[in-house]
Amino acid sequence: MWRMSEITGYQPVVMAWAGVLCWLALALLAIPLRIHKRWLLVGFPLAALVGLWMIAVGVTGLLLPASAQIVPVGFPGLPVHLRLDALSGFFLLLLGMSAFGVSVYARGYFQHMEIGELARLAIWYPVFLAAMALVLLANDAYAFMVAWELMALSSYFLVVSDYRVEEIRKAGFLYLLMAHIGAVALLLCFGVLQGNGHAGDAAFTFSAMRHGVLTPTQASLAFLFALIGFGAKAGLVPLHVWLPEAHPAAPSPVSALMSGVMLKMALYGLLRIGFDLLSVRQEWWGVLVLVLGLMTALYGVIFAAVQSDIKRLLAWSSIENVGLIFTGLGLAIIFSVEGKGGLAALALTAVLYHALNHALFKSLLFVGTGSVLHASGTRLMSGLGGLMRKMPWTGWLMLLGVLAIAGLPPLNGFVSEWLLLQAFLFTPGLNLHYLNMMLPVATASIALVIALAAYVMVKFYGVIFLGQPRNPALKHAHETGMWQRMGMLWLASACVLLGLLPSAVIVLISPAVQQLAGRVLTNDGGWLVLAPMDAARASYAPLPFWLAILAVLLLVYGLVRFRYTDRLRRSAAWQCGFPAVTARMQDSAEGFGQPIQHIFSSFMQVERQFPQPQDRTPHYASASIDQWWHFLYLPIVAAVNWLSRQAARLQHGRIQWYLTYSFITLLVLLVFVQ
Amino acid sequence: MSGGVVLQGLQTVLAVLAAPLLTGWTNQCRARLQGRRPPSLWQSYRVLHKLFHKETVLAEEASPLFQATPYVVFSCMVLAAGIVPMLANDLPFSPVADVIALVGVFALARVFLALAAMDVGTAFGTLGARREMLVAFLAEPALLMVFFTVSLISHSTQLPLMVHVLAHQKFAIYPSLAFAGVAFWMVSVAENARIPVDNPTTHLELTMIHEAMILEYSGRYLALIEWSVALKLFVYAALGIALFVPWGIAPVGEEAALPLALLALVAKMAIGGLVLAVLETLNAKMRLFRVPEFLGTAFLLAVLGMLIHFLLES
Repeated sequence: MWRMSEITGYQPVVMAWAGVLCWLALALLAIPLRIHKRWLLVGFPLAALVGLWMIAVGVTGLLLPASAQIVPVGFPGLPVHLRLDALSGFFLLLLGMSAFGVSVYARGYFQHMEIGELARLAIWYPVFLAAMALVLLANDAYAFMVAWELMALSSYFLVVSDYRVEEIRKAGFLYLLMAHIGAVALLLCFGVLQGNGHAGDAAFTFSAMRHGVLTPTQASLAFLFALIGFGAKAGLVPLHVWLPEAHPAAPSPVSALMSGVMLKMALYGLLRIGFDLLSVRQEWWGVLVLVLGLMTALYGVIFAAVQSDIKRLLAWSSIENVGLIFTGLGLAIIFSVEGKGGLAALALTAVLYHALNHALFKSLLFVGTGSVLHASGTRLMSGLGGLMRKMPWTGWLMLLGVLAIAGLPPLNGFVSEWLLLQAFLFTPGLNLHYLNMMLPVATASIALVIALAAYVMVKFYGVIFLGQPRNPALKHAHETGMWQRMGMLWLASACVLLGLLPSAVIVLISPAVQQLAGRVLTNDGGWLVLAPMDAARASYAPLPFWLAILAVLLLVYGLVRFRYTDRLRRSAAWQCGFPAVTARMQDSAEGFGQPIQHIFSSFMQVERQFPQPQDRTPHYASASIDQWWHFLYLPIVAAVNWLSRQAARLQHGRIQWYLTYSFITLLVLLVFVQ
Repeated sequence: MSGGVVLQGLQTVLAVLAAPLLTGWTNQCRARLQGRRPPSLWQSYRVLHKLFHKETVLAEEASPLFQATPYVVFSCMVLAAGIVPMLANDLPFSPVADVIALVGVFALARVFLALAAMDVGTAFGTLGARREMLVAFLAEPALLMVFFTVSLISHSTQLPLMVHVLAHQKFAIYPSLAFAGVAFWMVSVAENARIPVDNPTTHLELTMIHEAMILEYSGRYLALIEWSVALKLFVYAALGIALFVPWGIAPVGEEAALPLALLALVAKMAIGGLVLAVLETLNAKMRLFRVPEFLGTAFLLAVLGMLIHFLLES
């Protein structure tokens, strides 16, 4: 591969840049075509093709040495530095895999939109994809911030594409606000990273920052700013409040990209700054990230369990997964500071693997809810149920996604969670003793989060797809179209493949791990068996595992069918001797989440609405409110209001007062000049 | 190698065939303790035989998922039986899954069963599924923590190595193992739907968990589920034996030790079934929202075991 690139001059970064330009061109073409529905729809399969292209470029980026390029766009004298190394290559692969499936799906899903909204989507959708790719390619702070802002703005416009709904506008505003608080933190971070300006004009490039010399305090400051900036984007508690509002507000394919891919851009950024631009790390950073990650994971999964809106449930579940990813990242930082390169490689492999898995199954689940939404017209679980029989394609493909995200073998979610738990189990013997004591508790929390995720997913799938329809109108629900099925099929098969061939995936992502940790995760088990570091310690072989289950299943099926009777009679379900059983007697979403609400009631504020005895149609509702609003955000709002009221005291609207202010200002300035 | 494969097959088939016997034995012990005339030891087999021959009645709304679930659950349990060392250690199938994957197998079976329970859409089905998942999300982390405590002692999550280390160590007392053992007992009780968490013999709507989930099953489907329940109890018993009283399991390549291993297994299983019956007779089923406290205790015990390992044993 080395040789080939030298001879042919193939540079992955140029190819990636070409992909970005293609996406941008699709957006530009959509502007003049904005009244031709048919042409606008062509844009989505084309965007999917570019996604496929990005997969190829990402893989070559992983395999080939890093390539850099300077592109003279933007202000004169301020060219854009681009670079594609293994880390960017991995995330480009993630972006491409998710973007392909989602864009194919979007072609079918968006065709029912009215033309105005479709035009807005067709313009901003490719810009969003291009911006994310550009974030990965940027090799200087300026290009990075431009790409980062472009990503935030394009996704904002996608979120508010249905701007007539007030909630959506509100969610969009909150999103924009939080995105910019994060962006300010990132600007400060890059400011610190520039160091003392030794590098002169080029100080804003990443290559200058890599060689910059920072004092430990400066490095910590830079890392903290990065953690705030990227944490706000990733939905790290307590900067998560926008996520359950904004992600569900967007059209489903956009939600899929935001949850599946955009959150990973924040992970990319933190990896880039924490492991690449900052050459030295400190152990307490790792502890901080670990604790924040655990808090986020636990908080996210508990709130996911009590949601009754399908997309909000998935958004909270994204927060949980981000928490798991950051937990692994914190562990990786701790290991790398302690000089345990092999363990850092294990933790980072788990992090990257889980990021890729989450991109795939969360995209699958979000686009699946799009089909449900389209078929039923509601996002509320109280109006769903029994869709499995009406929408078998969506139902079965979503089942794969649900099993994957619940961390069940032999699908992909299990592999990354297994690796993460292994990283925790290998831990003992750290230099910091309090960490040795803390890690068992952390391991326990992770186990709890994973088990709760299964609860959440049983609720999600069971209430939507199984049981009886809770709304009579669902009798007319229809299966989703061909494009949508193909998109979901792509994402679901990727989940299956990543679950069955972990050894190959680990080899594929090892260059990125090598770049970050300086070591790769050695697999002791060959291509069939996944055995990190030492086969005697732990191993897992999904392919034989799956084949064994399948073989036993077929054998038992055959035996039972041919040895015994295969008589079958359909009859009404048993009604407990009660004549009037209706669909309302099944658990509602609130009912299914009630035990969690009960057990974790101290985490949340529960507002219940009880039916009155006289009600003809009794209605019970309960909402669980995020306490962080009360702890953190509302006090800030109150403080800002108070400050502005104080400032308003100065404003009287009388000219003599303003003249007095000028006079006093003048006096003060004169004193200082003296 | 081929000997290993044969042994592997034998052990798995033996577990599958012997599983209803353990259930029968426990039922017999319990009946005696409660002053009833015990059913025959072979009663569980007769029930299975009867169910397999009966016509299956299926709810009109049942989807293919509902029909596939008994097979999936049964296959998962057979796989679990293949992983846990019972007679001989280090069989060829054991590298396929370590203890974490074993927990995953149980979780897979459970999720399928819960989904199938919600499939028909009766009030009982969803009630059972919700309660089962409630018990599961508390029991599963506790089970993982038990395994982690043992794996810290053996430096491995592979069952054969854990068994090897624990069976062949110089005699040493591990306080952490005591905590883990108690936690494991509590978790097994919950996971196998036994008293005091659930009662396998009741069909009272206020209390049932597992039985509520499988209420819609009949005929061959019910037979498969009943068999998997028996198999699950058997595998859990074997797991407890492997982790906490592993003496007697034949090491690699020692065929001569097999008869003794079989004898030891039968004896330990018989004692285990008796203890289970005694505890089920002495205890009453607890209220549903007492279960989180019960399993929370198990979880804390397991975490304490792990902490104690760090404090005293490392």
